[in-house]
Amino acid sequence: MLEKLKTRAREMNERLRGSQLAESILRPGSPFKKGYSDSPRNRSYVVMNNVLYHLHPVKVKRHGVRLSYTLCLGGLSFFLFILLTITGIFLMFYYTPTGELAYSDTAALSTSVAFGSLTRNMHRWGAHFMVLTVFLHMSRVFYHGAYKPPREFNWVVGVILLLLTLLLSFSGYLLPWDQLALWAVTVGTNMAGFVPVMGDQVKFLLLAGVEVSAATLLRFYVLHVLFFPFVIVIFMAVHFWRVRKDGGISGPL
Amino acid sequence: MAEIPESLLRRSAEAKAKALGLPVEQVLAEMKGEAPPTPPPAPEPEPASAADPEAEEPTVPEEVVAAEEPESIEAGSETVVSPPEGGSTAEEGSTAEGGEGAVPAPEPEKEMVAVAAGEAPAASLPEAPAPEAPSAPNPPDASGNGSGNGSGNGRKAALVATRPVVPAAGTPEGVRTQRLLTVVKARAIQQVKTEPTDKVNTWPHLMLAEFSALLAVTGVLVILSIILQAPLLDPANFNATPNPSKAPWYFLGLQELLSYFDPQIAGVTVPTIVGLLGFMAIPYVDRNPSTKPSDRKFAIMLYTLFMAGSATLTIFGVLFRGRGFNFAYPWQDGVFFDDIKDWVHFE
Ligand code: HEM
Repeated sequence: MLEKLKTRAREMNERLRGSQLAESILRPGSPFKKGYSDSPRNRSYVVMNNVLYHLHPVKVKRHGVRLSYTLCLGGLSFFLFILLTITGIFLMFYYTPTGELAYSDTAALSTSVAFGSLTRNMHRWGAHFMVLTVFLHMSRVFYHGAYKPPREFNWVVGVILLLLTLLLSFSGYLLPWDQLALWAVTVGTNMAGFVPVMGDQVKFLLLAGVEVSAATLLRFYVLHVLFFPFVIVIFMAVHFWRVRKDGGISGPL
Repeated sequence: MAEIPESLLRRSAEAKAKALGLPVEQVLAEMKGEAPPTPPPAPEPEPASAADPEAEEPTVPEEVVAAEEPESIEAGSETVVSPPEGGSTAEEGSTAEGGEGAVPAPEPEKEMVAVAAGEAPAASLPEAPAPEAPSAPNPPDASGNGSGNGSGNGRKAALVATRPVVPAAGTPEGVRTQRLLTVVKARAIQQVKTEPTDKVNTWPHLMLAEFSALLAVTGVLVILSIILQAPLLDPANFNATPNPSKAPWYFLGLQELLSYFDPQIAGVTVPTIVGLLGFMAIPYVDRNPSTKPSDRKFAIMLYTLFMAGSATLTIFGVLFRGRGFNFAYPWQDGVFFDDIKDWVHFE
């Protein structure tokens, strides 16, 4: 009985993978394709014939693969960004960026939304993680001297990414609209007020007023869910592209 | 058919002309297809591998040549195909953009590769030439599915030998003879500048590592999020300033600095000038080309000091600042940092 089921399942699998639909979706060399066999050529195809090729070359330097070289920190920063995007979209379904609703919506996430608490926690702790991994990634790049020619410009792009990461995190900080959010952002934006010459203007622009208010909430919300992610994705694209164009991972030391 | 550079065509035309005792111009015109072939026109099988690399499954696109070697480095055959580091990488150039069939595949770095053309028309069929080429520098295809067939070399042979050679007078029918048609310098048309490097396939080596890292981080994050509740204090109240009010942790080092210095200096000059422009300028200020840690002690020291300083300030700001942002021992006065105060206890 079990045997029979197994054979049936295998047959089904074969037929599905050989179907026109599967054929049309999977490009030659996909490991999911019918008849895939492990060979050097197919290993190349897996990358070369797929969207993956936009991120990875077919081959990488042997030492770059060792976890101990990059510690995967850049990759993890990127992955955390993806996780934050996914959890963030979930949160957006339940959150209203108004002075009246922001706090209660956030509180409701923990009490009356399925997986709301888990998602909110993941979004918050993940954001802290990302700031951390970006800092660590920068440090590993520095200690490897990986910013030296021809990679100078990618370092500059990296610093912009760091700034954007901080801005993303900071703009999200206000959204729960609790005492922690309100006053942390007040302290933070006060620092912006110390910019010489145009400090007050900068602060006004950030806060949409002279101090934190409901208008600030809307402003931070739009910055947080739309503007900064949009900009950071563009810079990430440039960053990854430059990693490859600059000859792949630097080193070995 | 892919574009063959004039100089290469010319060279093979010269050799062919010499062998046949015909004028070079005539042979050249023939090869370009501008003049009918002199001998009785044999059927002209267009080698599929040259004409349409993507047409059907068994035909191997030319880019594959670059990716086909075994994983470890092998003197000789790997030399050519391993892409140069910076600039226009051959890897990108010939395997990526080459997808359009515009860039000729790099050829193996043998000094010379003789290309033989059999006299029987069969010799120029797409599948046939590879075995007949005297040297097939590509290692046998490990997949063994028969589609590899030394594609790189095979294709070249096919290109050169597209038109069958006139049977020499007096050869009995059915007897295949081989003749040296031309000698092609096997140099890549694209300049390859760098030394070979030790490379491995991205799949599976890099991607498995990435995938494990990704799973590990997701796991840690999910578990952490189940255990630790994100803080949510009382609703925002403009009239109740908490004491102390702290910025998010990544700005707390700054806030700490602000408490020592005139805000005009600490709030602006430090973060924007030093923090941002200074950091961006690092690659342009540090002109030392070496990446060896022993050669860059000073740079490493500076960076480490900066990072250690920031970390100290941050930790100080998070844990050792109490009411009124005054000094406090966390184990005596408690933790005044809402993000973590629920789960850090010193009692
Ligand atoms: C959102 C933030 C960032 C993301 C997602 C990101 C992603 C990556 C990835 C995936 C790599 C490939 C190698 C590796 O994983 O280490 C990389 C390399 C690199 N990153 Fe970043 N990065 C970010 C921020 C930064 C920052 C803040 C800097 C420096 C200020 C920086 C400078 C560099 C440089 C110079 C390289 C090339 C390193 C090498 O060739 O060894 N990046 N980045």
